[in-house]
Amino acid sequence: MFLEPDEVKKRIEKIREEIPRSVFSELEEELSKVEVTEEELNKIIEEIKRRYDYSLVEPGEAVGIVAAQSMGEPSTQMTMRTFHYAGVAELNVTLGLPRIIEIVDARRVPSTPTMTIYLKEDIAEDREKAKGIAKKIESVTVDDVIKRAEMDLIDSKVTLILDEYELKRREITLEEIVEKLTPIKGVEVEYNENQISLKVPNPSMKELRKVATRARGQYLRGIKDIQRVVMRKEGKEYVIYTEGSNLKEVLKIDGVDITRTKTNDILEIHKVLGVEAARNAIINEALDTLEEQGLMVDIRHLMLIADMMTVDGEVKAIGRHGVSGEKASVLARAAFEITVDHLLKAGIKGEVEELRGIVENVIVGRPVRLGTGMVELKMRRELEEKREEA
Amino acid sequence: MRIIPKRIEKVKFGLLSPDYIRKIAESKIITADTYDEDGYPIEGGLMDPKLGVVDPGLKCKTCGGRVGECPGHFGRIELSRPVIHVGYAKAINKILRAICRKCGRLLLPPDKIEEYRKNIRKYRKVGRNEDPIVEDLLKNAKMTKRCYYCDEEQEEIKFDKPTTFIEGKNRLSPTDVRERLERITDEDAEVMGFDLEVARPEWMVLTVLPVPPVTVRPSITLESGERSEDDLTHKLVDILRINQRLMENIEAGAPQLIIEDLWELLQYHITTYFNNEVAGVPPARHRSGRPLKTLTQRLKGKEGRFRSNLSGKRVNFSARTVISPDPNISINEVGVPELVARELTIPVRVTPQNIEYVKKLVKNGSRIYPGANYVERPDGSRVSLNIKRTEEIIEKIEPGWIVHRHLQDGDIVLFNRQPSLHRMSIMAHEVRVMPYKTFRLNLCVCPPYNADFDGDEMNLHAIQGEEARAEARVLMRVQEQILSPRFGGPIIGGIHDYISGAYLMTRPGVRFTREEAHQLLYAAGITEELPDPIVENGAEFYTGLQLFSLLLPKDINLTYRAKICKKHEVCKKEDCPYGAYVVIRNGEILSGVLDEKSFGAFAGELLDRIVKDYGTDAAREFLDKATKLAINGITKIGFSTGIDDEDLTTEARERIEEILDNAEKKVEELIEAYNEGILEQLPGRTLEETLEMRIMQTLSEARDKTGNIANEYLEKSSEELGRENSARIMAISGARGSLLNLTQMAACIGQQAVRGERIMRGYVGRTLPHFKRGDKGARAKGFVRSSYKKGLDPLEYFFHSMGGREGLVDTAVRTSQSGYMQRRLINALQDLKVEYDNTVRDTRGIIVEFAHGEDGADPSRTDWGKVVNVSKIIHSIVDQRESENVS
Repeated sequence: MFLEPDEVKKRIEKIREEIPRSVFSELEEELSKVEVTEEELNKIIEEIKRRYDYSLVEPGEAVGIVAAQSMGEPSTQMTMRTFHYAGVAELNVTLGLPRIIEIVDARRVPSTPTMTIYLKEDIAEDREKAKGIAKKIESVTVDDVIKRAEMDLIDSKVTLILDEYELKRREITLEEIVEKLTPIKGVEVEYNENQISLKVPNPSMKELRKVATRARGQYLRGIKDIQRVVMRKEGKEYVIYTEGSNLKEVLKIDGVDITRTKTNDILEIHKVLGVEAARNAIINEALDTLEEQGLMVDIRHLMLIADMMTVDGEVKAIGRHGVSGEKASVLARAAFEITVDHLLKAGIKGEVEELRGIVENVIVGRPVRLGTGMVELKMRRELEEKREEA
Repeated sequence: MRIIPKRIEKVKFGLLSPDYIRKIAESKIITADTYDEDGYPIEGGLMDPKLGVVDPGLKCKTCGGRVGECPGHFGRIELSRPVIHVGYAKAINKILRAICRKCGRLLLPPDKIEEYRKNIRKYRKVGRNEDPIVEDLLKNAKMTKRCYYCDEEQEEIKFDKPTTFIEGKNRLSPTDVRERLERITDEDAEVMGFDLEVARPEWMVLTVLPVPPVTVRPSITLESGERSEDDLTHKLVDILRINQRLMENIEAGAPQLIIEDLWELLQYHITTYFNNEVAGVPPARHRSGRPLKTLTQRLKGKEGRFRSNLSGKRVNFSARTVISPDPNISINEVGVPELVARELTIPVRVTPQNIEYVKKLVKNGSRIYPGANYVERPDGSRVSLNIKRTEEIIEKIEPGWIVHRHLQDGDIVLFNRQPSLHRMSIMAHEVRVMPYKTFRLNLCVCPPYNADFDGDEMNLHAIQGEEARAEARVLMRVQEQILSPRFGGPIIGGIHDYISGAYLMTRPGVRFTREEAHQLLYAAGITEELPDPIVENGAEFYTGLQLFSLLLPKDINLTYRAKICKKHEVCKKEDCPYGAYVVIRNGEILSGVLDEKSFGAFAGELLDRIVKDYGTDAAREFLDKATKLAINGITKIGFSTGIDDEDLTTEARERIEEILDNAEKKVEELIEAYNEGILEQLPGRTLEETLEMRIMQTLSEARDKTGNIANEYLEKSSEELGRENSARIMAISGARGSLLNLTQMAACIGQQAVRGERIMRGYVGRTLPHFKRGDKGARAKGFVRSSYKKGLDPLEYFFHSMGGREGLVDTAVRTSQSGYMQRRLINALQDLKVEYDNTVRDTRGIIVEFAHGEDGADPSRTDWGKVVNVSKIIHSIVDQRESENVS
């Protein structure tokens, strides 16, 4: 009397369109674990439909305000500490309130850019290969491998004293450095075991300084902007964490799993992968930050905030330079920030205030058009007159 | 007769043209004097009676209205010479650069202009902001060196902030500027962003200045009888004086230099009249030295017109006082002092049905509770009842009158505590009039308000309209807000003693005699029949679980792990000796204990289930009764905590000391290794950083270890010696405090940190002169090894204060930052709402989300974020069959 698994599948297929995908796949999975009779299946389907119907938002609900409050209220309980670590003790990551503010502000560069680089399945568990990739990613400049640079005005040369510990750790040879330094124009390179001298033709302090900074900033290896990498074993696979972010270049590297690799730089994601990816990044970053602080916030609120930031196809900040500054209503903008400028500008443009939003209606002293205020009653005069005649 | 108020449909912004200013001006202001010797306003002065009335008793010379009726009327000042409007100086600059100096045409070829025009139209049509196009146009036009129309070569225009323009080497006077702007054709002005219906470029240079009505700048009479004028009036006096002098000088044919100086001065006064905070302009000051508050300052900022008078309004019928707890009232109620109840009123329309009752109230008057403060006749006139003889009024009252009666039991009021961070910060309560002077509230509503009783004050608002009352009752009542929309779980629930009380009553082995059980139930107001007692060795008794089961709906089924769960590797489930596995079947708690996870705020699973499945009425009743039962239980059992709760045995103390000694020794070893250079460096860290990290790690591990030992001994002493430890009970049941708090009290406070590091600041190379320079040891850098109970030594105390101070500063900074962030979030998202087609849209009608949160769900109706709990539904249905099969 139990239904065949195929039969069960066929029956639930009918409601696929009626319920959210996540619920449907959970239903599919849960039903594969138990045996049910026809009557029970009907009951289950009915109950799921009823529950889903119950949980829908009601028209008129001020979802925006609820979302803003749901993110703003717990933020008072967050810490301000910028240190902390995201699983890796060696890396600093901004967390807590400063990070949330950063996300909402859509800053061009986060204060601590980091990437989490996953490797393709076939090499993820191979320590040596992972190390190789890590080496390829980490950018090394001459400055990283020297103890100090000395400027010698008498002999007119810059001497770089190498740090052997760093050289060994980063597996860089003296020759490599020399090779990279040779192209610096007008400079003669000499070297012995632990120092490199750059002879400068015309001896002036200015010239020496120029050469010294140029030499120190010379890239030896790796991807620009990635200052440091840390490798960590997570479960079976190796994951690379970086300080500094350059998604575009990292994704080009062979062996990197481009489907899972991520960065905390939202605008970079927008540039490389597009708005939808940026939207998801905003949601995930905000959710991770809140969860790390032990605060419960429903993901739907974060989605709405992210959607509001990205509706126009670009990532806009929450605030006067973004969403709030581009509102249609003059009064709403004036009531937020930079009051006078908005009013003056409106004068030139002859802007029309339609009084549809919240603040606008508060200002003119009318009920706002949210929730119970959304309902409008209209009367058709002709009908009324006809009735009277009758 | 009641007037139907007009409804504002739209507001259109625009510039005032000189003609329009002249048209609306009722009076031309010519003299800088305000009043004559007799104190009467001078005609043609700034207080011209034609501009409206501010003094009571007088009539307006223009409209004949009295104070309150006459809205005030504008006047005008004819400026002797034109003056730039500061607010538009930047816009003027951009335009001057984009037009020909001779013919005034836009410096772009006709086809280009046409292209821009088309684009602008396109943008407007789809409702997009055309500003970027206009910006681009002005920028491009600026580049042009020679006019396309008259072939005139263009010169560079410099803008010397705030109001001066220099072309090449010549200064452009406002007159020159105005002439140029006048030459701009309508077509060109349009593509530069002007709406010609309401604005012409030359109107940005003023020739006539509107004088605001006196109602906008009322003068106040001081006690001494002296008149004190508004800042705006002062500023206008300045403008008039200079304007007058300028005029006289021009007429007298004074030298150009003098005229220019005066002109400049007039420009200064008008600039500061509009905005007294322009960069590069010294603010105009009052005689006392205080900068004047002129037009911009009136509108701007938090205390400005927009934010403090238009977006936020003051209300009547409100009260504020200190709050205090009352566990005996329902969560839906609020205790209101009689004093407040006599002050706040509710309008009641007199009907034949209630006339007798209303008359009684009126008879009591405003001084005897329950009474009424005043009555309102159908024509709107009011009679105060604050008099001894009310009989006459009672005679006259008839249906149709409105009586403003005192607040009474059962009235719905709004209750609020600032900061109002979420919607649960304002909830509707039912009034309970009580003696004394504080507002009383049930402790379960502390979490949503974030209230405590250390002197907090709250506000109460009496609702005046029937619609508002109905909405408040249906939508805002406390019981409707049990579930927080933030995470879809209860935010209202038991705290502190409610939790420990329930835990103490339901712990395994707790028994109540029949008599005790009846007493408890009676005190909690539970009238349910007692179930059959448990019989053991011939003795009858009841468990706490049986008592609490009486409060549950009869068909509730639920299984969850309690807060006390220790997360053992192997869970014994129902047989958990601690009662951490709660099983509820058909409304009966079969096993487990009730603690924070059952009905605590933020965590209560059982409460959550009841609200979601049985509705808010059931949940309110459950919460009211369960908390009362718990309170009476804990009162009966007895519960107190004191410093002896942190007593440890000598053995435990010795072990703690040993651990701390070892940790300090290990730190010394690390330092030694560092000094010798054999400390292994962490990748990407300097040696110093590595050392710091290792030391911090060592010390925090040591602290945790001491905490575990303390907890172990406390647990042992309560289990073996039967010495209950209240502090520990509170911590594990989730009532108050955590194990870390216990650790710090009983064992070791641990490392103090400033900016996430050990304490480094102070003298050169050391924190305090008590240490040697360069000492990196545990104690020298702020490790506090004492416990709070033992007490801190002076050095530890000092370090502890440093850490504590940082915490205070941190909190202060955080509140302002998060407050601003929330304001921005609210402002950005406030207009979003769900439409009837279930999409989320803004005011422009743009769809932000097709379904809220991708699945269209309301978070407060979800199961902690889950729309539909599929597995629970399947299991409840399948389990039902199985249990039927068994029986």
